[in-house]
Amino acid sequence: MLTVLLLLWPVAAALLLHFFKGGAARVAAFGAALVELVLAAYAAFTFNPNNAGQFSLNLPWIASAGMNFHVGMDGLSLLLVLLTAFLVPIILLAAFRRDFENESVFYALVLFMETGLIGVFTAQDAFLFYFFWEVALIPIYFLAGVWGGVNRAKVTFKFFLYTIVGSLFMLAGFVYLYFQTGPAANGLAAHNSDLASFYNLNLPAETQAWLFWLIFAAFAVKMPIFPFHTWQPDTYTEAPAPATMLLSGIMLKMGIYGCMRWLLPVVPLGVDRWQNLVLILAVIGIIYGAIIAIRQQDVKRLIAYSSLSHVGLMIAGVFSLTQIGLQGASIQMLAHGVNVVGMFFIADAIERRTGTRNIADLGGLTRQAPVLTVCFLVLLLGTVALPLTNGFVGEFLLLAGVYQYNAWMGAVAGVTIILGAVYLLRMFQRVMLGPDSSFTATFTDLTGAELALLVPLIVLVFWIGLFPNTFLHLSEGSVLSILNEVVKR
Amino acid sequence: MNSIILLSVLGLGNLFLGFRRSNRLLLPVAMLMLAVVFGVNFLDWGTSQSFFNEMLVVDNFSVAFTGIVVLTALLLLPFSQQYVRDGEANLAEYYSLLLFSLVGAIMMVSYNHLLMLFLGIETLSIAMYVLAGSDKRNLRSNEAALKYFLMGAFATGILLFGMALVYGATGTFVLRDISFAVQNPANATLTPMLYIGMLLMLIGIGFKVSAAPFHFWTPDVYEGTPTFFAAFMSTVVKTAGFAAFLKLLVQAFPAAAAQGLWLPTLTAMCVLTLLIGNVGAVAQTSIKRMLAYSSVSHAGYLLIGLVAFNGQLEGASANGVFFYSLAYSVATVAAFGVLKLVADARQREDYNGLNGLAKTNPLLAFVMTVAMLSLAGIPLTGGFFGKFFVFSAAVENGYIGLVVFAVVMSMVSIYYYLRPIIAMYMNAPDATTTEAVPVGSFQSAALLLLALLTVVLGVLPGLVSGIL
Repeated sequence: MLTVLLLLWPVAAALLLHFFKGGAARVAAFGAALVELVLAAYAAFTFNPNNAGQFSLNLPWIASAGMNFHVGMDGLSLLLVLLTAFLVPIILLAAFRRDFENESVFYALVLFMETGLIGVFTAQDAFLFYFFWEVALIPIYFLAGVWGGVNRAKVTFKFFLYTIVGSLFMLAGFVYLYFQTGPAANGLAAHNSDLASFYNLNLPAETQAWLFWLIFAAFAVKMPIFPFHTWQPDTYTEAPAPATMLLSGIMLKMGIYGCMRWLLPVVPLGVDRWQNLVLILAVIGIIYGAIIAIRQQDVKRLIAYSSLSHVGLMIAGVFSLTQIGLQGASIQMLAHGVNVVGMFFIADAIERRTGTRNIADLGGLTRQAPVLTVCFLVLLLGTVALPLTNGFVGEFLLLAGVYQYNAWMGAVAGVTIILGAVYLLRMFQRVMLGPDSSFTATFTDLTGAELALLVPLIVLVFWIGLFPNTFLHLSEGSVLSILNEVVKR
Repeated sequence: MNSIILLSVLGLGNLFLGFRRSNRLLLPVAMLMLAVVFGVNFLDWGTSQSFFNEMLVVDNFSVAFTGIVVLTALLLLPFSQQYVRDGEANLAEYYSLLLFSLVGAIMMVSYNHLLMLFLGIETLSIAMYVLAGSDKRNLRSNEAALKYFLMGAFATGILLFGMALVYGATGTFVLRDISFAVQNPANATLTPMLYIGMLLMLIGIGFKVSAAPFHFWTPDVYEGTPTFFAAFMSTVVKTAGFAAFLKLLVQAFPAAAAQGLWLPTLTAMCVLTLLIGNVGAVAQTSIKRMLAYSSVSHAGYLLIGLVAFNGQLEGASANGVFFYSLAYSVATVAAFGVLKLVADARQREDYNGLNGLAKTNPLLAFVMTVAMLSLAGIPLTGGFFGKFFVFSAAVENGYIGLVVFAVVMSMVSIYYYLRPIIAMYMNAPDATTTEAVPVGSFQSAALLLLALLTVVLGVLPGLVSGIL
């Protein structure tokens, strides 16, 4: 029941937001997102990590076809629901800094997207999952397309086309699986699309081999994995900052979560067949993203490529099929969400003050803005994966997982930390240190509101870094049961 | 049956209202009566009655499709307000013709005798020939009417010829008796006469639903026909045409030997229709022509529903066609409705005419967006589940290649359905598009209802998906 409340509240708030104008809409949207966060926190406190699906609800949706509105949460779902509920109010706060046209519509779309995201993380029925998957896409298309930069029409069109084509492949895969299942529980339909029925299919290895690519297509585009990433840097750059945060902070986790929930246990033999190839692609993505990031002059693009590189490592961890790798991916999803949202916020704060994102135009911000410097440094070191920060826990576990699978790949993937330090510290040095430029002469430090936004993020950087077990504990049971499904056959 | 009688009386009544020159009364009266017809129609739900020596049969199938066409007409009517405001002299005639063509559509979904099919198609078409030319001083409208009439009369002739040959081969016009005659072991090898008759009938109906290669009239006729009637053409005519098509195949030609002929023919038509409709729409610069090609492409998707034939007027195939027709009709009425309002105010029908609409008329832009997403088959809208049901019915019957092709084609369609959205939300208004488009409160309500229906169909498809 709680899951349904979590799903319905944001969309209800989004509809009600229509009656608010301007500043009132901001406050109302932020309030609604906070209520959602409280609900999610309540779910986390009452959650029992030892039990499987909780807060679940199973209602007939399309009874004549055996599709159910089946939602519920296990530890992995809960982690991502928490991440979503935590980041959305922060993203809304970040949007406060900008004056958007039609504010109430903007905030309503963000809340609407929250429903889609939480739906993706809690759906237990294949077609419901697909439904929410697309529900999350429509608002972000408009957020990026209407309020974005100059090239927004072209860039968002590419983004939309890429993702929709990918997800249509996934849908085709689901339809095939659906026709392999047994009768629905209600006896009205010859097949059903419940996650559990998908887990119990025993398809031949050749079938799973091509099914793997159908389903993986959607996740590969969303994450994105090299070479399906070409939409990503443009979209991150052209979208307005809050939309970029939604995309990078939460939306790409849909792909990783999808792999863990809807790919590995559903077509384990297919995964077995292609595991090596995906790992190679992931490692290429790690190195490729990092090397391109080194060459970037645009702060936002640099963070976009850095995100590509970090996501590569998460994919590699997931496909190592080790407990430590999957656990690492779970915690790194949180850490990456926190860090990348913080980084994009700071990039946006700098752009708003100076009017440029070009690294060459910036310099010497430390002198005018010491508070900003500290915040930036903490988030940056978290991204670089310095010990005691959140990035370290995740990347360490991930690398350990990849190393267990193949020592050479682990070694190559480990380069990510070195390269990450190279491009991030280089950016920090050029932007924050060095001589002033004409753009930065009248730079002002963070305002109280901006600091209030960054503090929760920084708290989490250290919380996850120092006490990772709070979160690892939640996802442990789900990760083990996923791996059980994988090795069962 | 009640709906046929009521609508005929209503059509005549409308003509009398027209004598009194009470234009203002016409629209509310017509809408009220259509709402009554919509309700009365469902009184026949669950019954199966036949009339006039089994010439017409009213069963769940016919009630469901009658529901779609009446609902479509009801939701379309508010967009004729412009005519009322302009003091259009022949408004009563327009409404009456519209209602009579609706009678024809209902006959087409409830026929049990080929003569009734013919009468239905003619009742529907003759009214539409006149309405296509209703903008009398516009050359394009005249061209459209002439083209539609010539091509339509030709197609009707072919259909009639086909019926005559089928009669010659089987000795009956009644659907069930045709199927018995075809399945009779004595006729194990079907005669060429029956084959040719069947083919000619397929061609005749294929023309009415604008399936390729009999679609050539569609873009020109839609472009010239006043938008209000073009919307009627692309929704009611198509829905009724497909219901009649399905009924013919299921009840008259279910035999394996007959399927051996029409199934490959329909599959080929389907592939061709999808290709021409979608590729043709990409190249258009006028939204109306794009919608015309899009209506061709939707005929292709609906043909998949026919190809996924299961020999019954219920189950996956019939339900798929039903749901698709409903979702398609609602979204198309919304798209044409917005287009008509914008085109009337701005005197242009190209994509750039929509520039900046999101700023001047957020409601119109929103409704148009919902309609486009639904036609493109994006989830959250009815169009997605329409495609989903039709495609999965086809997959169930093993037409995987056809479905893959259709999915690729619907990816192509995203390109042209996103163009209006991009124009409305992302392009800046130009000199001719800075003023807000005037929208009546009646029309706003209808548009909102259409958008709401589309979303409800997309979120809770279970409400109507399994009713047949």
